[in-house]
Amino acid sequence: MTGFYIKLGVATKEKKHKMAELYETSDVTRERIRKYLEEGKRFDGRKPDEFREITIEPGVSKNAEGSVRVKIGKTEVLVGVKMGVGEPYPDSPDRGNLMVTAEFLPLSSPRFELGPPKFNSIEVGRLIDRIIRESKFIELEKLCIEEGKKVWSVFIDIYSINDDGNLLDAAGIGAVAALKVARIPKYDEKEEKIVYGEWTSKNIPLSKDIPLSVTLHKIGNSIIVDPTREEEDVSETKLTIGSSGEYISSMQKGDEKSLTIEEMHQMIDLSEKLYKKIYLKLEKFIK
Amino acid sequence: MTTFKRTDGRKLDETREMKAKVGIVPNADGSAMFSFGDTIAIAAVYGPKKMHPQHLQDSEKGTLRCNYNMLSFSVTDRIKPGPSRRSMEIGKITEWALSPVVMIDQFPNTVVDVHINIIQANASTRCAGINAAAMALAHAGIPMKDMVSSISIGKLDKTLVVDVSKAEEDWEDGEGATDIPMSFTHNGELTHIQLDGKIKREQLKEAIEMARKATQKVYELQKKALKETVE
Repeated sequence: MTGFYIKLGVATKEKKHKMAELYETSDVTRERIRKYLEEGKRFDGRKPDEFREITIEPGVSKNAEGSVRVKIGKTEVLVGVKMGVGEPYPDSPDRGNLMVTAEFLPLSSPRFELGPPKFNSIEVGRLIDRIIRESKFIELEKLCIEEGKKVWSVFIDIYSINDDGNLLDAAGIGAVAALKVARIPKYDEKEEKIVYGEWTSKNIPLSKDIPLSVTLHKIGNSIIVDPTREEEDVSETKLTIGSSGEYISSMQKGDEKSLTIEEMHQMIDLSEKLYKKIYLKLEKFIK
Repeated sequence: MTTFKRTDGRKLDETREMKAKVGIVPNADGSAMFSFGDTIAIAAVYGPKKMHPQHLQDSEKGTLRCNYNMLSFSVTDRIKPGPSRRSMEIGKITEWALSPVVMIDQFPNTVVDVHINIIQANASTRCAGINAAAMALAHAGIPMKDMVSSISIGKLDKTLVVDVSKAEEDWEDGEGATDIPMSFTHNGELTHIQLDGKIKREQLKEAIEMARKATQKVYELQKKALKETVE
């Protein structure tokens, strides 16, 4: 057994170096990212408006109604959909419930710690919630069992597995893909409970228009998308646009720096172009 | 006794298909996946790193800290995200199972964090978690005296079986199900045992022997997966 750690121990020295970078992006690196972007260049050779390779893989957990693994470069998230039957909210007695949570697992980065959820994971959960909800992607009115008394609840749970930046857009893709592959569980009307582990052949009623999030970041005078962890550290401000193709249905600007109107226009236009690209990935997956 | 049929047709001493893979979380110092059939556990190790808050630091030796967590959709009946009494206990049990082999005396004031997540559950999740964690520690280059391998033994009615599945865990006939997860070093020392159910002393001794044998197969697989990363 001793052989393992001695051999692996050598590799660990390089890893330690990597770890330091993971905790904090150094000033030198920050400066260089900015300098490169002035010439429209990025460390990994991408164009400012280019995403890393996106892969979507279904069937992470057999026990979920639907689940997927989404990778964007080295960033990885798992998204699962579970359903339950519960009481509707008083302001929507004839509609199903939607709940989105995101958990940044300490497993996925030395930056994430155990304990109550921090703002960054709450932000992702809330943004994805609004992107799905405001686009009316889930036809919640079809998830009513008995008005005012019983409706289906849809839970979308997002977990980070490796954080190399842009967990948010990965989560958005994952949420839509997991909803697409989900099947509704069997429900015993008499016993008034779900038959867990058994599914109907029915999918969750979804609209044709697929909502996606595209988050744009401003660094210096440049606008980039799909930042790596390091680039995200340098980002001065970001704008998340949730749209279903033509229509934008949710938006949120984050962080402290301001945007000019011209930059806003640029971001709005760019988000449409990127929507189409990501959509093609998703379309292939759905088919 | 020979007529006893397991729900999935396995032999009494047969595990479900086991899979092991090392290096699944690029950010981590060490990481691994281990699965028994439909039970899939992943583990990542971060450290040794400075323990904070400072009052938790041990100036004599390093601290091993294990955290066990089930993803909400790893089971059919959704689990509310976040820690529970069960998950905290399993985290502690895992620490105890691994501590005897982890040589972190040489790293005072530091902590080695092991994060275990269950992605898909079909019983024996703590055993899969311990197996993945032990591999992740080795992958992280944490000095270890030995490997730790874990397996569950079940007593279904009167019969002992290796690697309990969910269907077997819910066994109701006769004396019902007794679940005995155990962990061994490759050297044959027991580092963890739990038991829920009902069993006679003599049969428990048999169960321990059965587990000891089964963990050797687990060990071979762990070793193979670890070797693949350095070759």
